[in-house]
Amino acid sequence: MDIQLKRGLLDICVLAAIKFEPSYGYQIIKDMKPYMEISESTLYPILRRLETSGFLAVKSAEHNGRLRKYYYITEQGLSRIEEFSEEWKEIMSIYQFVTREDGRNE
Amino acid sequence: MNKPEFLETLEKRLSGLPLEDIEKSKEYYSEMIDDRVEDGLSEEEAVEALGDIESIVSEIFSTTPLSKLVREKVKPSRKLRPWEIVLIVLGSPIWFSLALAAVVIVFAFYIVLWSLIIALYAVDLAFIVSGPFAMACSVLCMTVGDFGKGFFGLGCGLLVLGLGFVLIPAAVKATQGMAVLSKKILNKIKSLFIRRSETNE
Repeated sequence: MDIQLKRGLLDICVLAAIKFEPSYGYQIIKDMKPYMEISESTLYPILRRLETSGFLAVKSAEHNGRLRKYYYITEQGLSRIEEFSEEWKEIMSIYQFVTREDGRNE
Repeated sequence: MNKPEFLETLEKRLSGLPLEDIEKSKEYYSEMIDDRVEDGLSEEEAVEALGDIESIVSEIFSTTPLSKLVREKVKPSRKLRPWEIVLIVLGSPIWFSLALAAVVIVFAFYIVLWSLIIALYAVDLAFIVSGPFAMACSVLCMTVGDFGKGFFGLGCGLLVLGLGFVLIPAAVKATQGMAVLSKKILNKIKSLFIRRSETNE
């Protein structure tokens, strides 16, 4: 897959992984695994970037006697997902145009 | 490598970043190791699963803005004494112009590289435009003037036009190469700041 496209998709997938409930780093990686393989070292800068852009927020909570960081999606993050699905509707219609079968009978 | 060893190595390799960033990275990777251990891996296996520490470090540095690295680098490690501040201010005509010159040289280098690319496209465009023109003139020459000269001109025009087409992929390749090179140069400049702060220890 094109590297630029993949980068954009990774951002969205991370947001999608925390869409319904807050999650933590390792869980995000496990949830994304069936769709997109992502390593810890790749996820880290993405989480930081999404946090600085205000798409997600971080909160530490106790878990088994240690602190674990939980990532929450923000309003802005939800509207980013919305925006993404709108964009992809357009792309899907272009895809259908590109891959259409010849309907005319010559 | 066990967890404390890993975190210590990470901390050492990240020196040059703001302390807060180092701390955040350590927290993140420490949590990752703990979560994997909870998943049933041993501590060594968990560290192993994180992958090569080199790629972890380079990923962090390549996503840290250069301005942050520079700021961290020029930040004095202790409070400046009054005479030092006076010296810095008095010396500003010298150090500021030197720093500016350094930035300008890097920038000029960058412009020169991209000018080469633009020149390549300009040559290509000239070939593609002048080829057909030369051919048209040659045909005219063949009909009203010297046939031999005109025929030679026609061949030259064809050659130039062909060269122009052959050059298109080359120009595109050169542009892509230049984009990669620009990125590499930026990373090199970044690493300059990283390495220096390591030797400062």
